[in-house]
Amino acid sequence: MSFQLFGFDDQDTWLHHLSGATKLLAFLGLSIIAMISYDARFLAAITIMSLILFKQAHITWRQIRLVTKFILFFSILNLLAVYVFSPEYGVHLYGTRHLILGSTGYFTLTQEQLFYELNLTLKYIVTVPLALIFLMTTNPSEFASSLNKVGLSYKVSYSVALALRYIPDVQSEYHQISLAQQARGYELSRKANLWQRLQGAGKILIPLVFASLDRIDTVSRAMELRRFGRYRKRTWYMGRDFHASDWLTLLATVLIIILGIALFKVNDGRFWNPFR
Amino acid sequence: MPAITFDHVNFQYESQAEPTLHDINLTIHAGEKVLIAGPSGSGKSTLGNLINGSIPHSIKGHVTGTVRIGDQDTQDASLFDLSLLVGTVLQDPDSQFIGLTTAEDIAFGLENDRVARPEMHQRVEEWATRLGIAAQLHQSPQELSGGQKQRDAMAGVLIDDGDILLFDEPLAALDPASGRKSIALIDKLHQQLHNTVIIIEHQIEDVLTRPVDRVILMADGRIIGDLTPAELLRSNRLQQIGLREPLYVEALRYAGCDLNQVDHIEDITALDTQALAPTLQHWQDGAAATPPTVARTPLLDVTDLHFGYNRHTPIFDGLNLTINRGDMLALVGRNGVGKSTLSQIITGFLNPAAGHLTYHDGDQKVDLATLSVKERADKIGYIMQDPNQMISQVMIRDEVGLGLRLRGLDDDTITKRVDDTLKICGLYPFRNWPINALSFGQRKRVTIASILVLQPELLILDEPTAGQDWRHYTDMMTFLEQLNQQGITMMFITHDMHLMLEYANRTVVLGDQGVMLDARPSTVLANPEVSVPLL
Repeated sequence: MSFQLFGFDDQDTWLHHLSGATKLLAFLGLSIIAMISYDARFLAAITIMSLILFKQAHITWRQIRLVTKFILFFSILNLLAVYVFSPEYGVHLYGTRHLILGSTGYFTLTQEQLFYELNLTLKYIVTVPLALIFLMTTNPSEFASSLNKVGLSYKVSYSVALALRYIPDVQSEYHQISLAQQARGYELSRKANLWQRLQGAGKILIPLVFASLDRIDTVSRAMELRRFGRYRKRTWYMGRDFHASDWLTLLATVLIIILGIALFKVNDGRFWNPFR
Repeated sequence: MPAITFDHVNFQYESQAEPTLHDINLTIHAGEKVLIAGPSGSGKSTLGNLINGSIPHSIKGHVTGTVRIGDQDTQDASLFDLSLLVGTVLQDPDSQFIGLTTAEDIAFGLENDRVARPEMHQRVEEWATRLGIAAQLHQSPQELSGGQKQRDAMAGVLIDDGDILLFDEPLAALDPASGRKSIALIDKLHQQLHNTVIIIEHQIEDVLTRPVDRVILMADGRIIGDLTPAELLRSNRLQQIGLREPLYVEALRYAGCDLNQVDHIEDITALDTQALAPTLQHWQDGAAATPPTVARTPLLDVTDLHFGYNRHTPIFDGLNLTINRGDMLALVGRNGVGKSTLSQIITGFLNPAAGHLTYHDGDQKVDLATLSVKERADKIGYIMQDPNQMISQVMIRDEVGLGLRLRGLDDDTITKRVDDTLKICGLYPFRNWPINALSFGQRKRVTIASILVLQPELLILDEPTAGQDWRHYTDMMTFLEQLNQQGITMMFITHDMHLMLEYANRTVVLGDQGVMLDARPSTVLANPEVSVPLL
């Protein structure tokens, strides 16, 4: 199939060699502190760091083109919505008012609002590359083992990994079923109108669901016959022990979080205010 | 102590009105190699499920009597404990892969047993090497060849060191050559490990290419025979229950040899050919000469076809082929030479990079590239290998009638044509059943019925008899033969040389360089350069 979903890409970089648990914890920790903090200097620093990391992960544009455009679209939509619903929110936050455009109407443009939205933009830019790094440098099995390591039940973690794994299978199955249904008489080509095509596409779901249920049934039997769920804990073939690089990464993450929190004290709150 | 004991066992599935197994008494001793054979629906797979504990632990139903593995009653032991005693290799390895890589798939049982990682890596390496898949450890199991997939599945249960190995239809998903390799491997492991091996299968000939100690014959939920391979082949019990005898036994029987006088009948390589030769020669001399070829008019021309899934490895590089009206054409060739791909190009599922497909519609020549998948389907019916990908309705009658309803026929015509087709396909008794109550082979027949009802001129079947026992296979092929005599042109993809020889009137062998040979089936079989790699 031509349409390939982005996913794990096996390469040989230091990020690929980190344990999945480390990457998950670092991703969560950095994202949370970036979500909370509104210190633009701090955000800009970790944005630059995350872009450098992104470069080091050897991810190509082709792999992430679709998802990046998707995220970009929604981020811009979100930024616009924030402005439309509350153009004076920045003024309210920072307590000063430096007008750029407009004066008395609802839609005014202030330096404060722009600065606030810049903070939001930085937050997106920080988290998106980090999330992509995590997804694309972590083997799904190792991902399951890391979820398990951070405390999630292994049954849940394994289901997540299995679900991720079956996405390409289900896609190609959909394609085959769709063609089989067209051969039966559902006209799904451009020769049919949109309504007919939609109706036909709906019919494909039934065999797809049956095929998937069959698959689930067989796989769960195969798993049971090989003792999945026997004990409360299991080991992982793909699991990785923590190496020095893992501890260093975690240490760096903790230091960044501490710095973020320390800035709350310095700034006297979550916001760094350059206008005062 | 016996390895497995069945004592007056009856079993009825929760969802079914009738019991599936009746009064099963069976003892299998440690170290034995046993074949459990029977037609589909005979209850042989159910018997397997009772051995590995799937019944009663994960499949619900009513069991009476006792099943013991060693001294453990399967009712009392947990499924997990039983899985350490009985390793099961399920049918169709594709659907049971769990791990992302072959290595993880093999390690799955050990992971659940909490084996430490270094030991796990070492044991996986060891078994993969033993089964010859060490080089594939880091590949996805889906990318392996059919035989390698099965080795992966075998390694995954052998790694448990269980005493009993259970194979549920190990040949179902394999071509004949890989199937025989698998049987040889099972035999080699049995000799090395001295474990108890149980093979559930209906393709007797391939299993018997290696010795087994006993054959348990099943029919209608009962054990109807417990004999040695030689006893079995001398009797005509396989024919009675609708299973195929090995081809050489059939030939000996037709030639009039007294099978009771034939030594080592269970091993074709040990037969005393000198003693048998005169009788066989006499028979061959009396056999009818091959019928003369009839001149045929073309129905579909494939001209200079180019296709590849990626640019570097073309599947077709200028393929030419003409399918004639009235052909019963067998398309054969190794896995991966593009047999299914060619069918999918003809039906419009795939688009060629270059080349023409010309369909002779009466006197008109139609370029198939101008027709949609649906429009091509009015002329060319295509039956996929996996019936589940074709079925979209809940009830059999609705499924078969679907194509007619979509073409806007009136109800009376639909009912009549559906009933006729169902009768022809032997599905009439099930007409009001839900499809998910049917077996794989029956579902396959539903899909064939649902295409036949549209009365196409050309029918393309991908492995029409895969997964079906001999009786259903014969029924199906006789039926297709009749349709062919009534004027429907047929092309079927097959690995089965019996099928080709018996039913085709033309064979096209595909190779890496396009059509290797286009001739009569007997000519193809007699050409060792072409036929040996296929067998």
